[in-house]
Amino acid sequence: MLTFVARRLLHAIPILLGVSMLVFGLVQMIPGNPIDLLLPPEAPPELIAQMTAAYGFDKPLHIQYFSWLGRTLQGDLGYSIFTGAPVARELMSALGNTFVLAVPAALLGFALGVGLGALAAFHQGTWIDKAASAFAITGVSLPHYWFAIVLVVIFSVTLNWLPAQGMGFEGLPGSFAEARSLVLPVVTLSLIPMGVVARVVRATVLEVLNQEFVATLRAKGLIDREVLLHVLKNAAPAALAVMGLQFGYLLGGSILVETVFNWPGSGNLLNLAIFRRDVPVMQATIVVLAFFFVLVNLLVDIAQAAIDPRIRR
Amino acid sequence: MRTLRRRAAALASAALLALSAGAAAADGGVLRIAMTAADVPSTTGMPNNGFEGMRFLGYPIFEPLIDWDLSRADVPAGLRPGLAEAWEVDPADPTRWIFRLRRGVTFHDGSTFDADAVIWNLERFFDESKAHFDTAGSAITRARNPLLKGWEKIDEHTVAITTKYPAHYFPNVICYLLIASPAQFEAVGADWNAFAAAPAGTGPFRVTKVTPRVSVTLARFDDYWNPERTPKLDGVELYPMPEATTRLAALRSGQVDWIEVPPPDAIPGLEAAGYDVVTNTYPHIWPYLLNVQEGSPFADVRVRQAANYAIDREGLATLLNGTAAPAAGLFPKGHPYFGAPAVEYGHDPEKAKALLAEAGYGPGNPLKARVMISTSGSGQMLPIPMNEFIQQNMAAVGIELQFEVVEWGTMLVGFRNPPGSPPTMGVDAINVSLVTSDVSYLWRYFHSKNASPVAFNWGHWKNPEFDALLDSVEAEFDQAKVDAAMVRAHEMVVAESPWLWIVHDLNPRAMSASVKGFVSAQSWFQDLTGVWIEN
Repeated sequence: MLTFVARRLLHAIPILLGVSMLVFGLVQMIPGNPIDLLLPPEAPPELIAQMTAAYGFDKPLHIQYFSWLGRTLQGDLGYSIFTGAPVARELMSALGNTFVLAVPAALLGFALGVGLGALAAFHQGTWIDKAASAFAITGVSLPHYWFAIVLVVIFSVTLNWLPAQGMGFEGLPGSFAEARSLVLPVVTLSLIPMGVVARVVRATVLEVLNQEFVATLRAKGLIDREVLLHVLKNAAPAALAVMGLQFGYLLGGSILVETVFNWPGSGNLLNLAIFRRDVPVMQATIVVLAFFFVLVNLLVDIAQAAIDPRIRR
Repeated sequence: MRTLRRRAAALASAALLALSAGAAAADGGVLRIAMTAADVPSTTGMPNNGFEGMRFLGYPIFEPLIDWDLSRADVPAGLRPGLAEAWEVDPADPTRWIFRLRRGVTFHDGSTFDADAVIWNLERFFDESKAHFDTAGSAITRARNPLLKGWEKIDEHTVAITTKYPAHYFPNVICYLLIASPAQFEAVGADWNAFAAAPAGTGPFRVTKVTPRVSVTLARFDDYWNPERTPKLDGVELYPMPEATTRLAALRSGQVDWIEVPPPDAIPGLEAAGYDVVTNTYPHIWPYLLNVQEGSPFADVRVRQAANYAIDREGLATLLNGTAAPAAGLFPKGHPYFGAPAVEYGHDPEKAKALLAEAGYGPGNPLKARVMISTSGSGQMLPIPMNEFIQQNMAAVGIELQFEVVEWGTMLVGFRNPPGSPPTMGVDAINVSLVTSDVSYLWRYFHSKNASPVAFNWGHWKNPEFDALLDSVEAEFDQAKVDAAMVRAHEMVVAESPWLWIVHDLNPRAMSASVKGFVSAQSWFQDLTGVWIEN
């Protein structure tokens, strides 16, 4: 098992290095630079040149890349060009805010997804299967942006039950009143993982149900609930892989959902950095999100290997 | 539009009543504002996020030597004494301005405002050798203060500032330089990041809490030097909300009291629900800047005039639900410098066709032009539907417009480069909205010495008579002579139309009925000191 984990960790290094090069290259390809957006439209050319030099954007690209990579490896993510604040501080705050959304959204989405998927599979071909599948497909298909606005119109503007936007607390909610601001974004965010997981669980459970050992279990007199547990355990590796990917997406923050709900998370930060061409924030955010994505999938790989020893071989 | 103006007038009247009522607003409440900014503007005393940053986290907290007079809604905002009680040009040297500083002013941290504080702030922005030099703040300040050359302390309450060349409009430039507390900067460890978390200026509001990307909280500064402008409000909460529908939902669900720039199609609903939608003219134009160089279709003045006659400005204003007013020049009609241009542009397709025919264009030879437009951007209003509307107007007279749709940052690069250069993508016009808040903009946008990329005469329009007129008054300190020249200059620009004059933004903002006392100044900036929340 340890060899397996070590091998997976080593695989992560070239992936992250590749991501860093890709991110740096793509950022350089975007037209315009942060100085153009930092300065008012009427800024004279000599000032633009001066500021470009002051922030080091006049240096050759490879020098800029290795300088950035060296500092990043030492944990120095630099400073935001627009706010002057350390990028690490901004990023940690944003990731924390996204985490507060991602965890409940993942729990809700996965629980509903597994439940709906299993329900549909065990009642294949019935109206329960059709209803559960329709619900799952609707969750995946609905545009988040639109669904979020509909929720706001109903629950905030019309009924005035829940806040329309904003986080309303710092760190973690300290009371039910503060937690109210989580409800609408969490429900919105949970839709896609719910739908995707439900579809995968349904397909996997159906596949497992058709295997011979299930017939053997039934022949041995196991009741449905006991059979279900065996089936779900066998379906778990495939579902876990999808959940890992989905949780990675959630940790990256949804730019659209965070924009509609004005949630100061990582999606919001990345969106802001892209529009401002705030290169240090953009590069650091993407690399750190990629790191989390790799980490989550690494953990999923390990969990799969723990559940199913065949994967270790 | 008329309804909106009536509401603006009603609010202005309410403000006058409030002034007379005096103690009526002792408990002014907390005003919660949703800004269009995507982030909390920097709180160091030189806000980013453009003029919205200056509006909410500039002037309310930090003050300039010469300030804006934002007390009236019926005239363009002028200047008034700020931290300088008086100023004058040195009779012996027209580049040397002497500022006599206000006494008895303290910063929010309790330290005293004096000549040393002014010098320290000038060093902050213009002297890279100083430890307190502020790179980000300097970039913005230097862009808005291109004239400033040097400074000296004359005594504890007098400073002199010199300009690169004589310019009568220097007060309109120095008003963008805000003064922060040197003592507070030292107290927080001589670090601009730390200062941003606990800033101190001399303004009527002080910052009490900054939560990056979430909010800024202001409180009334009880020791403010001007008792007439001591805020009625207890405080202000500012929230960045770049998404218009989110701002609208926040207002309608009662999370905020005031939103900047409501979506135009939501305005009738807001008014029906009892919200006040306030608009007023302000120095902001939404034009097409035309390439008038040889080879461009707009090199011919008849084509430029035809294009101006082709635009249905009233229709466009209706499309925007009254949040814009037709433009007939750089300045709006009624502005002291508008004058009486020889050409007055209305929607006249027949005249446009006739002019195009004179210039050699017609059904068999349609005029084709490419325009750079942005998807969004600071002050760009609703660029896509507005440009589509104009495209239809132009098509009706035989002008085929083709758009190069770019992102805002790309457009800024194009705007800073001359037509024909790669960043401009070979377009014949560029649709960038611009500030017109003082006469210096006539120089910046139209004098031939400011042709791009030197400055902002993007299309390289050149008229020797116009240039000579501006040159003759640049160092003129007799205001009457300056005013007369400005009127004449504006008339010339309108007639020759190096730009398409399309609309002036009316700066809409919506607020709940509990917001009282707001005077919508004809300015990019607004005074919150007269506002209160009625319970």
